[in-house]
Amino acid sequence: MEKSSGLIFEKSSRGRKAFSLPEAAMPETEIESLIPGKYLRKNLRFPEISELDIVRHFTHLASKNFNVDGNFYPLGSCTMKYNPKVNEDIASMEKFRDIHPMFPEKYVQGILSLLKEMEEMLCRITAMDAFCLYPAAGAHGEFLGMLLIRAYHERKGKIRKKIIVPDSSHGTNPSSVHMAGYEVVSIASDKNGEVDLEALESALDEEVAAFMMTNPNTLGLFESKILEIAEKVHSRGALLYYDGANLNPLLGICRPGDMGFDVVHLNLHKTFSTPHGGGGPGSGPVGVKKHLVPFLPVPVIEEKDGGLILNRQKPQSVGSIKSFFGNVGVIIKAYSYIKALGDEGLKRTGKLSVLNANYLKQKLKGSYHLPFDKTCMHEFVLSAKKQLDSGIHAVDIAKGLIDRGIHPPTVYFPMIVEEAIMIEPTETESKNTLDEFVNTMKEIAGLAAKTPEILKKAPIKMSVKRLDEVQAARVLDVCWNFEKPEDEGQEDG
Amino acid sequence: MSIPKDFKYTFSHEWIKIEDDKALIGVTDYAQDKLGDVVFVELPKVGTEIEAGHEAVVIESVKTAADVYTPLSGKITKVNTLLDKDPSFINSGPYGKGWIFEIEIRDKRELEKLIDAQVYENKISED
Amino acid sequence: MDYVPHSEADISSILKEMNIGDIEDLYSSVPEKIKIKSRRLERGLSEFELKALIRKKAEKNLAVTEIKSFMGGGAYEHFIPAVVDHIAMKPEFYTAYTPYQPEASQGALQVIYEYQSLICELTGMDASNASLYDGATAAAEAALMSINKDGPGDVLISAAVNPEYVEVIKTYLKGTKGRILMVPSPEGVTSVEFLKGLSAKKPVCFIFQSPNYYGCIEDVENLSEIAHSFAALSIAIVNPVSLGVLKSPGSMGADIVVGEGQPLGIPLSYGGPYLGFMAVKKKFIRKLPGRIVGRTTDKEGNPGFVLTLQTREQHIRREKANSNICSNQALMALRATVFMTYMGKEGMKTLAEANINNSHYLSKSIEKTGKAHLKFKRPFFNEFVLEFKKPANLVFDKFVNKNMFPGILLKGEMDKRILCCVTETKTKADLDGFIEIIKDL
Repeated sequence: MEKSSGLIFEKSSRGRKAFSLPEAAMPETEIESLIPGKYLRKNLRFPEISELDIVRHFTHLASKNFNVDGNFYPLGSCTMKYNPKVNEDIASMEKFRDIHPMFPEKYVQGILSLLKEMEEMLCRITAMDAFCLYPAAGAHGEFLGMLLIRAYHERKGKIRKKIIVPDSSHGTNPSSVHMAGYEVVSIASDKNGEVDLEALESALDEEVAAFMMTNPNTLGLFESKILEIAEKVHSRGALLYYDGANLNPLLGICRPGDMGFDVVHLNLHKTFSTPHGGGGPGSGPVGVKKHLVPFLPVPVIEEKDGGLILNRQKPQSVGSIKSFFGNVGVIIKAYSYIKALGDEGLKRTGKLSVLNANYLKQKLKGSYHLPFDKTCMHEFVLSAKKQLDSGIHAVDIAKGLIDRGIHPPTVYFPMIVEEAIMIEPTETESKNTLDEFVNTMKEIAGLAAKTPEILKKAPIKMSVKRLDEVQAARVLDVCWNFEKPEDEGQEDG
Repeated sequence: MSIPKDFKYTFSHEWIKIEDDKALIGVTDYAQDKLGDVVFVELPKVGTEIEAGHEAVVIESVKTAADVYTPLSGKITKVNTLLDKDPSFINSGPYGKGWIFEIEIRDKRELEKLIDAQVYENKISED
Repeated sequence: MDYVPHSEADISSILKEMNIGDIEDLYSSVPEKIKIKSRRLERGLSEFELKALIRKKAEKNLAVTEIKSFMGGGAYEHFIPAVVDHIAMKPEFYTAYTPYQPEASQGALQVIYEYQSLICELTGMDASNASLYDGATAAAEAALMSINKDGPGDVLISAAVNPEYVEVIKTYLKGTKGRILMVPSPEGVTSVEFLKGLSAKKPVCFIFQSPNYYGCIEDVENLSEIAHSFAALSIAIVNPVSLGVLKSPGSMGADIVVGEGQPLGIPLSYGGPYLGFMAVKKKFIRKLPGRIVGRTTDKEGNPGFVLTLQTREQHIRREKANSNICSNQALMALRATVFMTYMGKEGMKTLAEANINNSHYLSKSIEKTGKAHLKFKRPFFNEFVLEFKKPANLVFDKFVNKNMFPGILLKGEMDKRILCCVTETKTKADLDGFIEIIKDL
C-alpha cells in the first residue's frame, strides 16, 4: 500500500481553485460598503486546490480505511452488519433530503407520517408504549433516559440519588448517569458472568433511582434471571433501564418491554443496519412504558384533524435534547430496513446472528481461552491469556488480523475480562467468511506460540506500522501549523 | 522493583518522604510500571488545603487514568512543575525527578497509618 | 426480504457441525414466558415494493427545490458541490466504524485531522474536537465544560441566542447545579449594560451567538472582554459560512467556539444529521468532550494519525469522563472537510460575500417599498428580521400563494415579525419576486 498521502494543506498552490458559485444580486457592490471594516477578517489560510486533486486526495484516503463493504468487521458490541444499499438511495431522495425543518407541518406530512410509523414499529418490536426518535446516538439516548427517570421520581416526590450499573457495562453508562446528576453504584458480575443477584439486592436501597443494564450483557450472555431482577428492582420503587446496544440477537425472539424494562434506548446504527459513517451519525431512540410518557421531549408528533402536527404543549416534558427532530436521515434508513425485513426477516436476523456467534465460539475455543464457556447470543468474549506466556497480547492478535484483511474484534473490553477479545460476526456474514476467520485466528494462535516476534511486528502491510500513541499524547499535534505566507498581509486580528 | 527503605508507603502505591514537618509525595516504581508510559500529570495548585484520602493528582497514560490520593492532610507547598514539560520522569525516576508534590503536615498522627518498605514489598508481591 | 446470506443447506451444515438440532435451542436461557408468540409487523417487502412505498410517502413532502424558501433559523439552504456527495458516498468512509484501530483507519483519521485544522483556522482557535451531534448540543457541552465538576455556576446566555439552543442547554444542565440567567437583547444584540450589571453573580461563562438568531453581528471582542472581567469563559456560537469574511471569534477573545456545521455541505434532511463543531484555546484542550485526532509517527518514523487524549473519554474514565459522548458525526465532518476544501481560500470568501450581498439587496429593496421594515438596524450576515404592519401569518400566506416561504414566523410583539434568510441559492430574479409580493401587501 502507498505510504503517506500528504495533507491537503501540503497540496495547496496559490491561485488554484475548485469552486464555482452563482452571481450575487449586486455584483458591483463591495463588501466594505455593507459590513463595517472592523468586523472583517484579513485572511483565511484555507487550501487552494483543483477539483480533481480534491477527488484524488479523498479517494486515496478512502483506500486506507477498512470498512464493512470491503472487510469482515467482527467488532464486538458494534454490530457491524451489512448496510443495505437501497436504504442509502431512499434517504437521499430529494423529497427527504431537501426539506427544511421549519417548514409548516402541512408541507411535511410524508416525513411526519414516516417518523410516526417508525415510533409505532419500534414500540411493537420492543414492547414499549411510546418512542422518542430525537437522540443522535446511543449515549445521547442514555442521557435522555436518565433525565426521564429523574423526572419520573421527581414527580413522585424525590429524585433519589443513585443508579446501579454492572461493572461489565459500556463506559457510556456510568458517564451518562453522572451527566444526569446521579451517583454511580457499580456492582460486580457473578461467576457465570451474569448480574449478581445478591450484590444487586444489597445495593438496592431507597436512594436507587434505577438499575441500568444491557441484555444480553457485554459478555454476550443472556441474563437468565431477568424476570427476578425486574421484580426486585420494581419492588424497591426503582426503574429498570435497557441499554439496547445488544438487541440484535433478540429480534423476533423476545422484547425488553416484556422483560420488565421501563426505559430502553436502541442503536439504529447497530441493530437496524444504518451505516456507522466512520464514527457517526448514529441514532439512539428512547422508548418508555406508559408511566414515563408525559416526560418525553417535545415536540411530540400527534394526529389532529386527519393530519399530523408537532405538539410542543407538554408541561411535564424534560424539554429539548437536540435541535429539531433527531437524525432524520438515519431514521429513514432504519425505517426502510424494518419495512424490508418485516416480522420474519427480523426473526431470521436475530437467530442467525446467534448461530454465527456460537459457531465461531465453538471453533475458536480450542485455540483461545474462553472465560465463560456457555451458549452465547450475538457475540462472545475470548481472552488472549493463553498467548500471554509467549508475550503476545490481545493487541498483537488484533494487529495480526489487520495484515490479513480482517478488522480486529473489540479488544480490552469488557474490562472484567483480562486481555479481552470480543467477537461479533453479525448475521450478514456467510459460512465461508466465518470459516476463513477461524482459519486466520488459528494461524495467528500458531504464530503466537511459535514465532511471537513476527506477530509483534504486525501490521506490516498497511500504509503505517504500529503508531506511537505515547508520543501523540505527550506532544500534542491536533492541528496543522498554518504558516503565514510571506507575500500576504497581516493575519486576522 | 525498587523500594527505598527510608521512605514510607501506602497500600495505594504512593511513597512519602518525611522531612521535619513537610512530606514529599510520589508514586512507587511498581505503580509507574503498572501504568505504563505516563503522558500527563494533572498537578494540584500550590496553596490548596487537602484532606487525607482525597484525590490530589491524576496521572494519565495512553489507555488509563489513575488517581493519586494524598495520604496526609495539609497545605500543598510545592508541586513538581517539571512534570508539565516531561511527565516521563514518573517512569524514569519515580523516587527522584518524578516526585509529585510537597505537603505541610497538619496532623502528625496521620503518619502512623503509613506503612514501611517491608510491609509494602510484601503487599505488592501478593498482587 | 432480509440480508442473511445463509442457504438452508448452510444452516443445516452449521447446526450439524455444532451438534444441535435447531437454532432456537440456543435460546434456552430466555424464559419461555417472554418469548414472542404472535406477529407484530407487516410482512417484509421486496426492494421494489419498498422503494414504491417510501416514494409515496416522500411525495407528501415539499422540498426546497420546489418552493423558494427564505427560512434559516439554524438550518440553511446552501449550494452543495457534487464532489461532496460523491466522496461522502464512498463505502470506505460510510461503512467504517470509529477508528479504534489506527493502522486500519488512516483515511478516516487523516480526514478528521484535516477537519480539525480547517475548523481551527476558520474559528481562530488552537484545537478542535472531531465533532459533536449538532450546534445546539455543542453549545450545551460548552456550558457543561465551564461548570466546575459538580459545583454550582451561573451560566449567562444572551437572549439573542437561537431559542432551540437555549432549550437544549437548559436540558443538559438538569443534572448539574448550574443555573441559567438570560441577558436581554432589546435592540437585536446583547445588552452590554445589562451584561455588565451581572458581575456580582460571578458567572462561569457567557454564551452568545454571532451572527445571532436575529442575524445581527455581535461585538465579540467587547462581549469577550466583559466576560473575562468576571472571570467567566467567553463562549461564541458562530455560523461557519459567515467566517469566510467575518473576523474569527478566536482573534477576538473567545475561549470556546461552537456552532452548527450544517451550512458546510450538509443537506437539510428535515433537521438532521447535522454537525456540531467545537474549538477551544490551548489551555482548555483537556476539557474538550468527544474524540480528538492527533498526528504522530510509526515505529519507522512515518507520519500517521491516532485518536489521542482518550483518557478524557467515557470508555476509559467512565463516570469521571468529560462527557458521555462516544460517537462523533464523522461522515458529516467528512462532508464539511470536502466542502471547505472545495471552496478553499477564495471560495469561502466569495460564498460569504454572496450571502451578504443578496441579503442586503433584498433588505434594502424591501425598506424602499415602505410596506415593511427591518426591526433591527445593525450589521447583519444573511438573516434579518422584517416587521410588518399586519399579522405576519397573513403575510406568510400571501407568499405561499406565490410559491414562496418568506422566512420563519417569530413569536411575540403581536406576531408581526418574520426572520428572513437569504443565501447564495437565491437569484436576483427570486429576490425581485419577493419584493413584488411585498409591494402588493
